[in-house]
Amino acid sequence: MEKYHSANLSDQRIIDALIAQDPDITIEDALENEMIINMGPQHPATHGVLRLVARLDGETVMSVVPELGYLHRGYEKMAENMTYLEYIPHTDRLDYTSTMANNVAYVMAVEKLAGIEVPKRAQYIRMIVAELSRIAGHLVAVGTFALDVGAVTAFMWTFREREKIQNIFDRIAGARFTTSYTRIGGVASDLDSEAIKMIKEFLDQYKDAHEEFEKLLNTNRIFIDRLEGIGILPKEDAINLGITGPNLRGSGVEYDIRRAKPYLFYNEIDFNIPVYNEGDSLARYFVRVDELKESSKIVYQCLDKLPQGPTMANDAKKVLPKKEEIYTKMEELIHDFMLVNFGINPPVGDVYSAVENPKGELGFYIVSNGTGYPWKFKIRSPSFCNLQALPLICKNQMISDVVAIIGSIDPVMGEADK
Amino acid sequence: MNLKESIVNKINSIGFAVVKEVTEFRDDFCVKVDSTKIIEIANLLKYDEELKFELCEDVTAIDWATRKNRFTVVYHVLSLKNNFRLRIKADLEGTSNEIESVVSVWGSANWYERETWDMYGIKFINHPDLRRMYMPEEFEYHPLRKEFPVMGIPGSVPLPKQID
Repeated sequence: MEKYHSANLSDQRIIDALIAQDPDITIEDALENEMIINMGPQHPATHGVLRLVARLDGETVMSVVPELGYLHRGYEKMAENMTYLEYIPHTDRLDYTSTMANNVAYVMAVEKLAGIEVPKRAQYIRMIVAELSRIAGHLVAVGTFALDVGAVTAFMWTFREREKIQNIFDRIAGARFTTSYTRIGGVASDLDSEAIKMIKEFLDQYKDAHEEFEKLLNTNRIFIDRLEGIGILPKEDAINLGITGPNLRGSGVEYDIRRAKPYLFYNEIDFNIPVYNEGDSLARYFVRVDELKESSKIVYQCLDKLPQGPTMANDAKKVLPKKEEIYTKMEELIHDFMLVNFGINPPVGDVYSAVENPKGELGFYIVSNGTGYPWKFKIRSPSFCNLQALPLICKNQMISDVVAIIGSIDPVMGEADK
Repeated sequence: MNLKESIVNKINSIGFAVVKEVTEFRDDFCVKVDSTKIIEIANLLKYDEELKFELCEDVTAIDWATRKNRFTVVYHVLSLKNNFRLRIKADLEGTSNEIESVVSVWGSANWYERETWDMYGIKFINHPDLRRMYMPEEFEYHPLRKEFPVMGIPGSVPLPKQID
């Protein structure tokens, strides 16, 4: 019998997966009492092109199957066919709400592979931009989350603050959104006094703006009622499903790579890691709001400690030389030509480098065979893994809460689909 | 006895010559193991009181194209207790593309194994729901294999059927 004749093979297998989560039910039973609905990929509340197929009994979700791949651009295949330098702009397009943090994560992986020492000032600048980027990312997360559950004003207020960060990035990197700011061995340009002034001004007024929207949301009874106790992710399940980032800390696991395996100079900075034990959507929201405060604390400290010195490593065979030297010196011209055309040739081997991104652990696994192109390049993206929790935490929730749960997980499809 | 020695000794206690190679490159500790024993190794790593590698961060594969053993499956697991990350590699014999699935041990491996199946065509035996992760089900190729061209194969991605 052809059970669902209009569906293609992919859809048939999704429906099979939906039914398989509940082995007692037959397709006839399901058709009698239940309904299978499709949500996305074009849906305003799924944060991009996430597609969910849900089985409903009335308004209760019996099971849900997330379907990915609508934004799959084959970044891992592309990486195998370009030099390490050429790939930097593509990291912007992974988690597009926090581009700078991706840039930093990628070049750190390549530097680990090639064994490049980065000057201290460059590392501090990387910390500053990564944390600003975390603020921007969490502002989008909190704003759109509030929008999803009906609190429209907070969205305007958080996006107003994020806009100021984009202006700072415009000053630092020359682009508001697709920054591509870091380079292998350092950063593209130094922070000038104007940029530092802009960051300080932003942080000084951000404290009040943060309290403003936090108060607006935390005293909003509808907002709290819609999130409290919704989509509970227990600690053991969170670890088993490989959840990282704010979602893991919202389930009571104190794991943050900035503290566990400090990279850059996070060991010289004083900051707290917010942890909540409830594991529901509200806890995940609280973690993000608290992290916003911690990140601005980190940026203040970085600005105070920002050392003087070069912003690019001095390693002629691996790091791009300065522009003025390329135009005036023969040797630098040759190095630049070789680096751009044939790439840095890291030694044979493989590394895995992970950093704490706004969404969770962003890791790059690179296998080098000694040539200028990576032999294998794998992106371990946090959104991809965090989405795995959806079938578990949506079960037996109301259909309207699915929107709140997706918002609390905060996926970015650019990085989940790669 | 430090943790690294302890990991190697415990894995070796499973059977004869289970650990094939131990390497350390740029502080990444890597153990190459026998691919037929992967379930036992996974269970040991997760449930051993001293090791407790509870979080499976990544499962992927490497296509070596011209080597005798073409595929290597790579696992990254993290121990929250010891704050230690371990890489496990398992070479698949010859041109074989089958390995036991570790979903029963680490739930997070579910999607990673689906992704690896999609991209490299490695069959994970006993996987509960081995569908393609990104590509449509009708797609015949595995794009991250080295023989797949970067520009793609024209006409290989099926278009939706037209409704009369």
